[in-house]
Amino acid sequence: MIKPNLAVDVAGIRMKNPVTTASGTFGFGFEYAPFVDLNRLGAIVVKGTTLLPRRGNPPPRIVETPAGILNAIGLQNPGVDYFIEVALPYLRQFDLPVIVNIAGDTVEDYAALAARLDGVPGVAGLEVNISCPNVKKGGLAFGADPDSAAAVVRVVKGATRLPVVVKLSPNVTSIVRLAEAVVEAGADALSMINTLLGMAIDIRRRRPALANVMGGLSGPAIKPVAVRAVWQVYQALKVPIVGMGGIVTAEDALEFIMAGATAVAVGTANFINPRATMDIIDGIEKFLVEERVSDIQELIGAAHM
Amino acid sequence: MVADIPAGVVQQEQVGPGQYRLTLYAPVIASLAVPGQFVYIRCTDGLDPLLRRPLSIHGVNRERGELFLLYQVVGRGTALLAARRRGERLGVMGPLGRGFTLPEPGRRVILVGGGIGVAPLVFLGQELVHRNNQVCLLVGVRSADQLPVGKKGYTVPFDFAVATDDGSCGHHGSVTDLLEKVLAGEGVDMVYACGPRGMLRQTASLLARYNVPGEFSLEERMGCGVGACLSCVCKTAGKGGEPSQYRRVCVEGPVFPAEQLVWD
Repeated sequence: MIKPNLAVDVAGIRMKNPVTTASGTFGFGFEYAPFVDLNRLGAIVVKGTTLLPRRGNPPPRIVETPAGILNAIGLQNPGVDYFIEVALPYLRQFDLPVIVNIAGDTVEDYAALAARLDGVPGVAGLEVNISCPNVKKGGLAFGADPDSAAAVVRVVKGATRLPVVVKLSPNVTSIVRLAEAVVEAGADALSMINTLLGMAIDIRRRRPALANVMGGLSGPAIKPVAVRAVWQVYQALKVPIVGMGGIVTAEDALEFIMAGATAVAVGTANFINPRATMDIIDGIEKFLVEERVSDIQELIGAAHM
Repeated sequence: MVADIPAGVVQQEQVGPGQYRLTLYAPVIASLAVPGQFVYIRCTDGLDPLLRRPLSIHGVNRERGELFLLYQVVGRGTALLAARRRGERLGVMGPLGRGFTLPEPGRRVILVGGGIGVAPLVFLGQELVHRNNQVCLLVGVRSADQLPVGKKGYTVPFDFAVATDDGSCGHHGSVTDLLEKVLAGEGVDMVYACGPRGMLRQTASLLARYNVPGEFSLEERMGCGVGACLSCVCKTAGKGGEPSQYRRVCVEGPVFPAEQLVWD
C-alpha cells in the first residue's frame, strides 16, 4: 500500500501530520531537539507568551496525582520580544508551522500581543490562551465567561491576519456555549482542552501540595473529559478542532480525531517520553496502513453516527 | 548530549533503612557524566505514577559502563524503583543538568552531605581526589544506621566525619556544627553541599560569615527534566540590584553557587 496521507489543514495552518505540541510542555522547541526531529512535527505550539517577561508562581509548582499531574507554573516566560528575537529565529530553521500561545491580564494585552506578532516571519498562527487556571488576573477569568471570551477573540481578530485558534477551558458549565461564543466572535479554530482546575493536599505537612494551592490537572487522568469536550463541540459547530488532554499513544490521538479533532496536541506525555510526538506520528501512520485508510481526513469525526 | 535509553539493572542493593544503591549498565551516560549531574529515570512502565524520578549520579565505572545511583525510598515512585531487579530495563535520560565547578588541583575542599544528599558528593569527592585536591566529607544523618558511607563496599578515598541527631555515631548534633569547626580553622578553599533545605540554608549563612565560596546541589519537584515545563524552579538573587528570579533546577542547576540562592 502507498503511504497514507497524514496532512491536515487547521484554519489555513498546513500541517504535514496532525501532531503538534501542547503549549507549556515543549518549551520553545530547542529543549526537546536532542530527542525529536522538529521537522517531523505537524506544528509546534510554543510556551505561553506575555507582553512582558513574567516571573511565575513560587515552587512547588508541580505535584503528581493518579495518572496525572497538577501544575501551577503561573505563565513564567521571557516575554514576546525574547520570543521574536531568540526563540523564533531558532524555530525558523525547521520546516515547521509555529503557533504562538498568547496570554494577557487585560483585553488590551491580547490585542497588543496579536499586533506585535502579526506579519512576523515564521509565525503561522496564534493560540489564544483564555483558560490558564494558574494566574490570578486574566487567564480563566476570560475563559469561563462567553462574553469576556468573545471580547478577547474580537480584539485579537481585529489586530492580526494570522489564523486564530482559541484554547478553551473545561472548567465551565457548557463548553459548547463557550465554543459558540468564540466562533461567533471570529475564532478560526479551537483547541481543547486546557487543564482542569484541581488540588492536592500534602497530608504530612497538612498543607496544599502546591504553593499556589490550586493547579491545572493534565495527563491520562483527564483524557475522557477531553474526548467528550471535543465530541460535543464537533457535533455543535463546524470549526477545526485541535484536541488534547492526556494523549500518550497513537491510540489516544486517534480517539480525539475520531471524536472530531482535525489535529491533536501532545502535552504531559513529553515529560514521560521525550519522543512521544514521534512515536504517536509513527503509530497513526501504522494504524492507517493496517486499517487501509488512505487519508487521515476519513477519520476526522468518524465516531459520530 | 543527552540520551533516552533502556538501561539494564546490574545490581539493586539495600544499604540502609529505605536506602538503596542501584547499578545500571548505561555506558553512554557513564562516559559523559560529571559530578553533580543527574539522570531522569522511569520507575515503572505504567502511567501511574506518571513522572520520572530525578536521581543524582552517585558514581560511574567508565570501564564497565556502569552508573551508580544512591537513593532513599520516599514515595510510590522510589518504592517501585527499589523493587526493580537485575536484568530488568529502565528508561533513563541523562546525564542532565550542570554539575559542580571543579577547583584547581591542590585546593582544600569540604563536602557537606545531609542524609541521602551525600549521593552526588561521593562522585564529586572521587573526582576531586583524582585531581589532587584535599577532600573531607562531613555527613549528617539522624542515626548511625542511616549512614550511607563508610560501610562495607562504601569506603571512600577521602576523610570523612559524621554527625548524628541521636548521638549514635560521631558528633551528637548537626553537620553544620562540624562545618563551623572546620571553617573556624584554617584554609578551606571551597565547600560543596547537598541535603535538606534547612541544612543548606545554615551552610549558606556559615559560608557568608567565613567568606568561603560554595556550591549547592538542589532538589525540586520536576516535570520534564529538560527545561521545558518550568516546574522545578528555585529562587535566585537578581544581578546588580534586579529582583530575584526563578531558575530551572534541571538545566540551570541542579548545582548553583551558594551566594546566588534566596532562602525566603
